[in-house]
Amino acid sequence: MTGKMAIIGSGDNVLAFKAGGVDAFTVNSAEKAREKLRTLAKDYAVIFITDGFCRELSAYLKRFNESAYPIIIPVPDGDGDYGMELLRSAMESALGVDILFGREDK
Amino acid sequence: MARLNVNPTRMELKKLKQRLSTAKRGHKLLKDKSDEMIRRFSVMIKENKRLREQAKAMLADALKEFSSARALMGEAETENAFNMPSTSLNLELDTESIMNVIVPKISVTATKRSGMPYSYANVTSEADYSVKKITEAISVLVELAVVEKKVQMLAEEIVRNKRRVNALEYVMIPQLEETIKYINSKLGENERGALTRLMKVKSMINERKD
Repeated sequence: MTGKMAIIGSGDNVLAFKAGGVDAFTVNSAEKAREKLRTLAKDYAVIFITDGFCRELSAYLKRFNESAYPIIIPVPDGDGDYGMELLRSAMESALGVDILFGREDK
Repeated sequence: MARLNVNPTRMELKKLKQRLSTAKRGHKLLKDKSDEMIRRFSVMIKENKRLREQAKAMLADALKEFSSARALMGEAETENAFNMPSTSLNLELDTESIMNVIVPKISVTATKRSGMPYSYANVTSEADYSVKKITEAISVLVELAVVEKKVQMLAEEIVRNKRRVNALEYVMIPQLEETIKYINSKLGENERGALTRLMKVKSMINERKD
């Protein structure tokens, strides 16, 4: 099975992704992003969403962890690093200890 | 710990002992599973972190090129340059099973077109670099996507598994043990009661004979 990629983002920067064969969709609010995501979820295997929207939709995005596809991941857009936060929260809930970021905090 | 609401009979005792041994075996198995999942998880999150840092750096670089390309070219030329994929990335979707968690597995094959998909006349060199860099960044991003999904799914499974282990360890097993103890003592008491009754009856019969 072959899959397609899409990106949902706010700025014009998402257009750059078109050069790599990724379908780009520009939306201007988290609510719109959510609607777009709902329509895209069936057709695309990998969906990138910019960090800001990911943070706002985090509760909605949880449900996609139930099945292998689609894969929805945040891409950094210069505004914080939500991907790392996700990683950290996964680590904390699963292991209960910090084995990655420990040194930075102290 | 509350004991189960069962009749103190030998039949129940036998059944409960069976259940207790199953529960203990299940507990051990789940605990082993949890250990192995945690081992794999800790390897994977390191990989995830490394990839994310790499992707972030590559993307920032590519986007920088992109904005300078946009600044130097007209609207229409930019559209042209970026709308056609120069390298079409083909995602071969598959799934694999890590400790019985079905996770995605993607193999990326890039079919590269010779040269760039636009005329060089109107397009600046910044755009060329940017197109090349963004393609590279995307293949890293896909790799990251797979690892990250695995990490998220495994994390959830670990939490779920932990809950099961705890339920067995702190609820199910103590409950069964307590109930078995209760039935044992109840049966013992019944037996002693029957014995004393027999002794009493025997002594009464002996007295009557005399």
